[in-house]
Amino acid sequence: MFELIGIPPQALFGQLLLGLINGSFYAVLSLGLAVIFGLLNIINFTHGAQYMLGAFVAWMLLNYLGIGYWWALLLAPVIVGLLGVIMERLFIRRLYHLDHLYGLLLTFGLALIITGIFKQQFGVSGLPYSAPALLSGGYNLGFMYLPVSRAWVILASAIVCFGTWFVIEKTRLGAYLRAATENPTLVGAFGINVPLLITATYGFGVALAAFAGVLAAPIYSVNPIMGENLIIVVFAVVVIGGMGSILGSIITGFGLGLVEGLTRVFYPEGSAVVVFVIMAIVLLVKPAGLFGREI
Amino acid sequence: MKLAKALLATAAIAAMAVPALAETDVKIGVLNDRSGLYADLAGEGSVVAARMAVEDFDAASKDIAVEILSADHQNKPDVGSNIARQWIDTDEVDVIVDVPTSSVALAVNEVVREKDKVFLASGPATSDLTGKACSPNTIHWTYDTYSLANGTGKAMVEQGGDTWFFLTADYAFGHALERDTAAVVEASGGKVLGNVRHPLSSSDFSSFLLQAQSSGAKVIGLANAGGDTVNSIKQAAEFGIVQAGQSLAGLLIFSTDVAALGLETAQGLVLTNAFLADRNEDTAAFSARFKEKHGKNPTMVQAGVYSAVLHYLKGVEAVGSDDADAVLEWMKANPSNDPIFGEATIRKDGRHMHDMYLLQVKSPDESAGEEDYFKLLATIPAEEAFRSIEDGECEMAKQ
Repeated sequence: MFELIGIPPQALFGQLLLGLINGSFYAVLSLGLAVIFGLLNIINFTHGAQYMLGAFVAWMLLNYLGIGYWWALLLAPVIVGLLGVIMERLFIRRLYHLDHLYGLLLTFGLALIITGIFKQQFGVSGLPYSAPALLSGGYNLGFMYLPVSRAWVILASAIVCFGTWFVIEKTRLGAYLRAATENPTLVGAFGINVPLLITATYGFGVALAAFAGVLAAPIYSVNPIMGENLIIVVFAVVVIGGMGSILGSIITGFGLGLVEGLTRVFYPEGSAVVVFVIMAIVLLVKPAGLFGREI
Repeated sequence: MKLAKALLATAAIAAMAVPALAETDVKIGVLNDRSGLYADLAGEGSVVAARMAVEDFDAASKDIAVEILSADHQNKPDVGSNIARQWIDTDEVDVIVDVPTSSVALAVNEVVREKDKVFLASGPATSDLTGKACSPNTIHWTYDTYSLANGTGKAMVEQGGDTWFFLTADYAFGHALERDTAAVVEASGGKVLGNVRHPLSSSDFSSFLLQAQSSGAKVIGLANAGGDTVNSIKQAAEFGIVQAGQSLAGLLIFSTDVAALGLETAQGLVLTNAFLADRNEDTAAFSARFKEKHGKNPTMVQAGVYSAVLHYLKGVEAVGSDDADAVLEWMKANPSNDPIFGEATIRKDGRHMHDMYLLQVKSPDESAGEEDYFKLLATIPAEEAFRSIEDGECEMAKQ
């Protein structure tokens, strides 16, 4: 067994790297949540189900249409994002003027329905989805064997996270978006189609979840309950980062992945709760989250 | 006076007539995971199996009215024992069947003992059900952690895998499976180098696998089940663990897990199971009928539910009532006989004694098609497959 001090530095590097990989999933998922919350004020509990949908759409593309992983990486987010747009148009937009709680209940209910349908249809054991040839194999880093598929996860999510942050914080489109959430009436008066902007934002947040789902498909099993397990942790990540903070969700996503990775080495039994312990402490000390603005 | 006599006589006749006319009402409660990670290996399939047993027994023509209830225990001991209590207290359920997830089964075991009903445990694995926690009301039907450990553990050590590291699900089942396997490994001359315990329903196993890898053990024993096992095996392949020379021992693998992994990833795994669909004509015929109703072959848990319910109903018929003690006595005194296990007996500690099978997952080339997953390596006779009463810490059986 490993002792606290007896752990060789090389093993530690390995664990840190793995933590970073898990953090990548947290980052992409919590980013989607943060975008939706920050700009729409909706607590999107369907996020886990949409992540699962991403993985399932990738699986369906491969098994029904013969479309492989790389195209799925592009197509699945688009398809699931469009489903999100339909959802926003049909249900969610009716709740903007109500309390957060209504949005939470609605999206939670939708998540249960979507997950239930997939459980009924595909069972809970999961479906095999093999990694494309380009992602099989791995690098021997000396201290560990890093599968190409995992290295790709870090790279892909880092690109997506940076891209999203850049668009929202540094471009004109992002400025419109931020303005539209501050004062929709005024922005509308300038001739900008605010409802369209908001619908598109929801679709984009959902597409991020689906993107993470496709990334997960070859690594974890494609499974109707894959999102159920993850969504609660991701919510904790968002709360720690500060609800609605784009940069906060990215940094806490990666950071908590690291913390969780270390817990798996030193006290594996606690790895499922460590994120929540941190959340409790952060809420006590800084209720708005690490990167959130005080209200 | 005359009138009173006449009334009394009528009442007496009526009273005598009752037992001959009335049916025995039997209520069977199938309690298992219907929505979580064990829902495919038990779930609705177990209800289908129970219903098949009732049909095959032809209860209707024997004046036994059978009703089957089912519920989802969500893998939570408190939920499971509440349902069991409610079923027995208000719904008058006579027998609770299946109950995968050892922690839930141990809780239900106590409720059924307290209420003096019958518990036919097909789903749970922990060998404590016939050990420390043994109960006169419980029959552990299909498999247990000892038999899994004994089959797979021994076979791996014999093949040269004499140093072990365990990846263990952190609850009653994982602990029991690890304990029983470690005992077998050590008894066969092997050594256990360490373990790591992961939370139930984890999705990422890479850290745990890396710890297993750096232990240098020849065998990584997976003391987990369902989705956890699937993810462990999938990610072990991803991290090149098997290629680098360590082998995986999946201690509890169901046919549904192999389907989820795909033969490409699962091939070569050695496992112990109580049921092999194509073992003989009887099992094949049963599997085909089950598949017609449920869409896929039965797992050993579902097949076990069929066998257990069938034997229970035979007991009710023989005894002529649903009195728990009488039926249990009959069940233990008479061998069960069905297409699943053939003829098998029930031991004093509540262990249903039947052969177990050491199987290996076929390669994609060997597989003849859909659901043809396993080849039979060895049949482990019942006496060898299960722990002896003497080693079981079951006080009841030693008296």
